[in-house]
Amino acid sequence: MSRNARQILDFAPGANAERTQEADAPVLRFVDVGLRYGRAPETLCDISFALEPGSFHFLTGPSGAGKSSLLKLIYMDERPSRGLITLFGQDLASAPARVLPQLRRRIGVVFQEFRLLDHLSAFDNVALPLRIAGRKPADYRQDVAELMAWVGLGRKLHAMPETLSGGEKQRLAIARAVVARPDLLLADEPTGNVDHELSLRILKLFVELNRLGATVLIASHDQDLVARSGMPVLRLDKGRLHAEPRR
Amino acid sequence: MTEERAVFLRRWRPGPLLPAGDARDGALAFVIAVLCFFACLTALAALAGDRAARGWTAQLQDSATVLVRPTGAESADAAAARAAEALAGVKGVDEAQAFGRDKAVALLQPWIGQDALPDDLPIPRLVAVELNKAAPAGARDLDRALKSQNIDATVDDHSVWIADIVRAGGWVRLAALGLFVLTAAAAGAMIAFAARAALAARHEIVEVLHITGAEDRFIAGLVQRRFATLSAGAGLFAALAAAMIGAAARVLGGDGGLTPVLPIAWTDLAVLPICPVAAALVAATAARLAALKLLKDMA
Repeated sequence: MSRNARQILDFAPGANAERTQEADAPVLRFVDVGLRYGRAPETLCDISFALEPGSFHFLTGPSGAGKSSLLKLIYMDERPSRGLITLFGQDLASAPARVLPQLRRRIGVVFQEFRLLDHLSAFDNVALPLRIAGRKPADYRQDVAELMAWVGLGRKLHAMPETLSGGEKQRLAIARAVVARPDLLLADEPTGNVDHELSLRILKLFVELNRLGATVLIASHDQDLVARSGMPVLRLDKGRLHAEPRR
Repeated sequence: MTEERAVFLRRWRPGPLLPAGDARDGALAFVIAVLCFFACLTALAALAGDRAARGWTAQLQDSATVLVRPTGAESADAAAARAAEALAGVKGVDEAQAFGRDKAVALLQPWIGQDALPDDLPIPRLVAVELNKAAPAGARDLDRALKSQNIDATVDDHSVWIADIVRAGGWVRLAALGLFVLTAAAAGAMIAFAARAALAARHEIVEVLHITGAEDRFIAGLVQRRFATLSAGAGLFAALAAAMIGAAARVLGGDGGLTPVLPIAWTDLAVLPICPVAAALVAATAARLAALKLLKDMA
């Protein structure tokens, strides 16, 4: 990784004075959380776990086990039916609505289906979180270009998402997720659309980001990838969570 | 850094977070333009109507009409001449002119007809009084002067007509205001509907913006700017079209405008630039409120 790119991704939990107090507290904590859609049985049941700052976890389980639902609870796209969720020390159930966008800006999300904005260029897609955070284009355009070069999209700055391959879209989504230097990085099946070689490159990228300080949680059913990483696993099965130590 | 990348970065400007308009935008802009066009015509008509009412009122205020009835052996014309002489000496009267039988008959003809007036029918005479514009004489002053000369006459200072015209002018203004409010409300409702539809159609983008940390007011601001811009453009187009109609009415109608009833002045056209501004404000407000409500519902 180039020195510039390293500076761009210079995660430093606790570097911000505001965040010093929560440096030792879990980034994320679930206590007896349940999630139910309508009157159906609970999709997630009695989920309790915590992610320490700078930790790296895989979230595994068969299709339909509730991995995506759990991630949605974390990035506040869903509300739990019961239980307690704290994010960066803030109880999400009692957090005022005006605080939620601030919390979301501290999370980077790589969606399974990418969710790129097709009407924007690749460069604009990556710059999106910085723009929403109110940064001036002159302050970040160089950083965005550096980051895109780092993920191998240096020649695709003005490309529209629909013209990119699956792997390129994946890397674009990852660049967008990390460009604002999030404290928590979530990825939903980030290797589901790419070949084995690219899967390993993406895994290396996440490990690198984790080394730089980000707390990482990756939902994946790619057992080979999980095994290669040697990272601890949170396994979901029929809506219940089972923690497995580092392999 | 490659030259190509440097050029890209130098030229790059952030793209629109909401996609550029779709096919519905054209129809929406057309309807807003039509509403704005009607609002502009209403404003022009109201201004012209107001001017006409003021003109008529001023004319009536500057004059009075005296109906003279002959008494005794004195002829009607002699009585009218004496009344004109008496009135001319009143302070606040610039001129008093007695009309003869022919003028009185001409005034009656529209109601009675040309051949229905027998020659021996006693017809009262009229005296037209021009009042001083700065310090006009009142009806009582005129009446007192006539009575002092023993002239049987009725003074009409046009106060009833003036009251009617002022009342009619007020109604015209009120009707114009009502039409404007109705037009603005219709445009606002339509914009609100379109804003909700636009957001609902782009809910995936809205979700991404939300998850990326965008606040509701940020997203509402995007919608607000888009519809305000669209409405301002439609309003500008409508104002230009209305200006052309107004100018044509002014030119083709001669000095008095299209008709003497609605005399359009060139200065009336100065009100039209307000249209795109008002359209943008109405659209911005309606779109913002609708977007905030929908975003709240989505949350």
